[in-house]
Amino acid sequence: MKNSSIKTVVAVGIGAALFFVLGRFVAIPSGIPNTNISLQYAILGMLAAMYGPVAGGLIGLIGHTLIDLSWGGSPWWSWVIASTFVGIIVGLFAKKLALNEGDFGGKKIALFAIVNVIANVIAWIVIAPSLDVLIYAEPVAKVFSQGVFAAIANSLTAVIVGALLVAAYSKTIAKKGSLDKE
Amino acid sequence: MAANTVLNYLPRKSMVHELTGTTKLAFFLLFTFASMITYDTRVLIGLMVISFAAFRVSHIKLREVRFMLVFMLVFLILNDVFIYLFNPEQGVEIYGTRHVIATLFWRYTITWEQLFYTFNISLKYFVALPIAILFISATNPSEFAASLNKIGVSYRVGYSVSIALRYIPDIQRDYHSISQAQQARGVELGKKEKLLARMKNSVNILLPLILSSLARIDTISNAMELRGFGKKSKRTWYVQRPFSRNDYLVLAFGVLILVLSLVITFWDGNRFYNPFV
Repeated sequence: MKNSSIKTVVAVGIGAALFFVLGRFVAIPSGIPNTNISLQYAILGMLAAMYGPVAGGLIGLIGHTLIDLSWGGSPWWSWVIASTFVGIIVGLFAKKLALNEGDFGGKKIALFAIVNVIANVIAWIVIAPSLDVLIYAEPVAKVFSQGVFAAIANSLTAVIVGALLVAAYSKTIAKKGSLDKE
Repeated sequence: MAANTVLNYLPRKSMVHELTGTTKLAFFLLFTFASMITYDTRVLIGLMVISFAAFRVSHIKLREVRFMLVFMLVFLILNDVFIYLFNPEQGVEIYGTRHVIATLFWRYTITWEQLFYTFNISLKYFVALPIAILFISATNPSEFAASLNKIGVSYRVGYSVSIALRYIPDIQRDYHSISQAQQARGVELGKKEKLLARMKNSVNILLPLILSSLARIDTISNAMELRGFGKKSKRTWYVQRPFSRNDYLVLAFGVLILVLSLVITFWDGNRFYNPFV
């Protein structure tokens, strides 16, 4: 138990660094303000599914806050909270997905995809825009179109890139019970 | 030290730099919270004066942070334009009156209310920007973890933050070399490929990055376990400094700002200052 808590601390640190590098230097702007086609949500989904909800949430929180700070503004808290939420929700299914067992078959791929889509849709279409309206009093139509766009873009990256990553990763580890007694 | 460049730390001899990281973090949070809640023009202007004064005192020059300024301005203008495109009547809805200056076409009219609303939004950016820049540029990144711990965040989380800051440059370098190597092998990420193929290609870069990062997580957590990390419920920090008189003053000032701006803003039961009625 002790060991896994240290691992979580480190995974959060490295995960947030990955999230930061991908979000800050690799983001492809989409033309809508503060909305990018961003690879970091694939990484967030994968690491959350490996290390659980606490790690997932913190990776989203720290990574996103650092990105906003490095652009020179104060963090856009409504979107930071949404990123945190994605990490937590995907992380809740870590035990079910059990990625370290090495078999990432049809059922698990489907579960991974569904969880990621649900988490992203709630985060970007419900949480982020509502907080935008509440905190920043921006027009409802604007924040919801931003939200819908972010939800689609982030779900797509999380599902396509994320699932491909997990599939490739699970091939590199030995399957549970792959040894036979002779 | 490479972490300095990530968050643009600019060491200097000034009153702001001499404050402890804890004070700066707490003041930053109090101040951004105040500027986030209020839409009262009078409060915003007051906050802006404080914010610019603090920037003055810090001896940080404008051209050193030009990149952040330009980025923020572009972002601000884009945001204002999008707000107008999506809802040209947002100001009218908020302030409840309608003074038309000119009608452009279709539903796009220019009203005093909309102009005032846009002015307020822009003001909010200008209030937050100098303090945010100061927080980033005047705080030694090594002090972040200690400061977080001091304001009540668990030291494990503080340690995660400092690991993130420490490894961002390494991971950036890894990403760069992996992506160059893969591009040399013909993996295309640019506009020449279709979006879906680009996404698939990005996996070729991300996978080695992830695998090396996972190996890194193992190495670091083993090293930390060997050194007994997490055995005790508290820990001390090499960079933590004791509070001085100025720290207490600034903290008290931060609390005062927050309370005052909340009181003035909600005095009339509304977040907005309305000059139209």
